Amino acid sequence: MIGSYFARHAQALLSSAGHLARAPIATAFTVVVMGLALALPLGLDVLVRGAREATHDFSGAVSMSAYLKTGVTEARANQLARTARERAGVATVELITATQALAQFRAQSGFGDALDALEGNPLPHVLVVTPRPERANPASMENLRQYLAAWPEVDAVQLDGDWVSRFNAILGLLRQALLISAGLLAIGVVAVVGNTIRLEIQNRRAEIEVTKLVGGTNGFVRRPFLYTGALYGLLGGLTAWLVVIVALALLNPAIAHLAHTYGSSYTIAGPGARDLEFLLGGGALLGWIGSWLAAARHLARIEPGAG
Amino acid sequence: MITFEAVAKRYRNGREALSNINLHVAPGEMVFLTGRSGAGKSTVLKLIALLERPTRGRVTVGGENTGKLKARRVPAFRRRIGVVFQDHRLLVDRPVFDNVALPLIVADSSLKEIDKRVRAALDQVGLRGSERVLPAELSVGEQQRVGIARAIVSRPPILIADEPTGNLDPQLASEVMTLFRRMNEVGVTVVVATHDLHLVRESGLRSIVIDNGHIA
Repeated sequence: MIGSYFARHAQALLSSAGHLARAPIATAFTVVVMGLALALPLGLDVLVRGAREATHDFSGAVSMSAYLKTGVTEARANQLARTARERAGVATVELITATQALAQFRAQSGFGDALDALEGNPLPHVLVVTPRPERANPASMENLRQYLAAWPEVDAVQLDGDWVSRFNAILGLLRQALLISAGLLAIGVVAVVGNTIRLEIQNRRAEIEVTKLVGGTNGFVRRPFLYTGALYGLLGGLTAWLVVIVALALLNPAIAHLAHTYGSSYTIAGPGARDLEFLLGGGALLGWIGSWLAAARHLARIEPGAG
Repeated sequence: MITFEAVAKRYRNGREALSNINLHVAPGEMVFLTGRSGAGKSTVLKLIALLERPTRGRVTVGGENTGKLKARRVPAFRRRIGVVFQDHRLLVDRPVFDNVALPLIVADSSLKEIDKRVRAALDQVGLRGSERVLPAELSVGEQQRVGIARAIVSRPPILIADEPTGNLDPQLASEVMTLFRRMNEVGVTVVVATHDLHLVRESGLRSIVIDNGHIA
């Protein structure tokens, strides 16, 4: 009995695959529409994920400057730099002494003569503290800022990586937009499959009537349509995966160029095996839902008549 | 086996197909429903096969009051009735084997059982060897026999046929009637609607004449 049950399902699956294969153009149109609808959120997700990974590279550029009070000696500044280096999560600490800072300013600003008129060096010693990449997130950065600001020798602490926070905020926004668009496109996929199955049901009305006439239940009649919907979703998912791979292959040179301007050699990796699994599973589920909705609505209305 | 008690049927378009019909077909009996086109013969068959429900009165088939049968029990009820149509109602894109196997497939029979019974049914109607042939490649008479094979393959206790010989020449019509007689001889209750009075007279069986929705 169980063997027969699985045989029936296998038969329905093969019958559905046969129906799709016998109408290759119509099948291809539906699959391409579904593939493009699924490719859009996948592509966006791959880009956002890639950008997130890329920001780990940027985290090396995140640092903060602790300006020491003007009375602090260079020896004390060196001591403070050593203390800062010992703190967990700190990658590097560079001490820019007041003398170095003034020399640098003199060289770069062009105000050399004006600086000579000053009685002393007005610039403070500065500790440039760079966190480890894994501690370059906003929360850890704030902790570090508070730690440094609490030292009595520190006058002010300035975060030099606000742009990363803004960049992360933009990525977060994109992620939200991605979720919303994925939801809307999923509804679109369900609607496309539902409409295709509705037409299929109309085309196979005579077959459905005969099947019900000989005692076929709604569940039995519905089965091949559910498989058809799931197959549409499966093929749509596969198409989406291929579309994103091709699109990324075309985009990656431009992405590499953009990353280079940020000092990174990053390129975005294409969707992986897990993405494919998710697409195939998700596509099949959406197809199944679309076909179930159409079948539940339209099959119940078809009843055999004796002519 | 089949009982109609004061049965009336009015279709949605307002046409009254049957008015106050009373009839009884005993288990294992074979009867003819005769009458002009539009007299109500097909409606009687539709009511037996639960393709329609009565507007008034009570139809009992195999002990079931069809008017009160719940929708979820209708498929199982229909599996107990073999139906033969004048226009065969075959699935044109499926070979003969698949057409005949359909009632067994919907009943979740095993593949072995399906194979055995389909071949036996095709044997009975003289179409053994045509399993892989599409209906369109068969003659009208052969298509009718495929329809009959499909109706008898699950060995239903009741067999109904609506003008089964309408498109057939006299010799093929006689062959088809012989098939029904054979089914009846093994205990199947058979109801045949026909306007071919010659066949009815030749059979010597009971006929119920329906005229304008009444039993004449």
